[in-house]
Amino acid sequence: MSETPIRVLVAKPGLDGHDRGAKVVARAMRDAGMEVIYTGIRQTPEMIAEAALQEDVDVVGLSILSGAHLELFPRITEMLREKGKDDVLLVAGGIIPDEDIPQLEAMGFTGVFGPGTNTNDLVKFVQNEMAQRKTKAEG
Amino acid sequence: MNSKFISQIQNGEPLAVARALTRVERGGDDARNLIRALFPYTGRADIIGITGAPGTGKSTLVNALAKELCAREKRVAIIAVDPSSPFTGGAILGDRFRMQDLAGTGIFIRSMASRGQLGGLAAAVSDAILVLDAAGFDVILVETVGAGQGEVDIAKHAHTTIVLEAPGFGDDIQAIKAGILEIADILVVNKADRDGANATVAALQMNLSLNPDKRAWRPPVLKTIALQGKGMSELADAIAKHKTYTNENHLRVKKEAARFDDELRELLKRELLGKKLQNVSDARWQNWIDEIITRKRDLYAIAEEILNA
Repeated sequence: MSETPIRVLVAKPGLDGHDRGAKVVARAMRDAGMEVIYTGIRQTPEMIAEAALQEDVDVVGLSILSGAHLELFPRITEMLREKGKDDVLLVAGGIIPDEDIPQLEAMGFTGVFGPGTNTNDLVKFVQNEMAQRKTKAEG
Repeated sequence: MNSKFISQIQNGEPLAVARALTRVERGGDDARNLIRALFPYTGRADIIGITGAPGTGKSTLVNALAKELCAREKRVAIIAVDPSSPFTGGAILGDRFRMQDLAGTGIFIRSMASRGQLGGLAAAVSDAILVLDAAGFDVILVETVGAGQGEVDIAKHAHTTIVLEAPGFGDDIQAIKAGILEIADILVVNKADRDGANATVAALQMNLSLNPDKRAWRPPVLKTIALQGKGMSELADAIAKHKTYTNENHLRVKKEAARFDDELRELLKRELLGKKLQNVSDARWQNWIDEIITRKRDLYAIAEEILNA
């Protein structure tokens, strides 16, 4: 029997409308054999947390270019925790200054990927993280 | 099976329901035991199938219809199926994208990839329906993958099947073809603000008037503009009317019988196949395939060997 595909939610919180990057990432993950729930632009933290919960995803990928990440991301992680959905791998992309990365990591984001990221690197990162979690869970 | 988990599912707690759906999608003993525990609590929900060609507006219609049903005090859950890649197994599940209005309403949406299943659904859909049924939802809307002419499996699962058409998708010859149009309990011409909507309705009506059994349920042909929420009240009424008709004519029981007849056969196929192949190594299987392509042996001979093993 083949492995269960990794389930990913790709969403864009906030009000910027630039979703090309998110779509490229969604497509790359699809091509790597993952199941990608794509909810697109203008997602509120509530919508993202609810979708992650109902879809029971393994990974939440957030793309943001507006600069509101330090405002919106903590609300998303907080809501996920409230709902008991605290086991997801959190990955962020978009325009995120390097000096903000430690703060995002403290919130629970494991990977932060800026412009110019090779989609293969992103896919490998997610696959490796998921494999590590699996061995830990089974270990 | 953890009885706390079962009661959380029965109470419709979103986290438990979501995890239960993941479990039935993964299959195996965990799924089997879960369904066994939940099965006595199923059989109450109305299962409504929504199918039609890609781009006819299924997800948008489900969004609008779910809102209407919610306004009628129904607890609604949605299963939305999109295709898996035949090459990588990956999928883009984009139906939820068109259901943004439903956030925060208590409506439970689950996207599923078809994972290699033909026929317009995913193999786990029947078990997913049972989970949502046990979780106390009144109505379960099941949206198929964008269907062609022959993806008709939904009719075996649903109490009421809605087939969507859009103007410009086919002429009166398409309307008399066998297949997807035959499974409709309700026909919907969506995007009815576009040119050709009335011609599409006329072609469908003409075809329905040729049905030999005049006493049978005649599917209504409704016009909707799902994006604007237009026609949803009429659609919800038609669903209620069809439910009354099926109840009065004892068709609901017959539909259930057909559904479980089909599911039992499918289950047996999967289980028997699994049993027959559990001790077959990849190398041995590959060897059989090689024998077939080099024309040393034929498929029937190999199948017989496997069955007699």
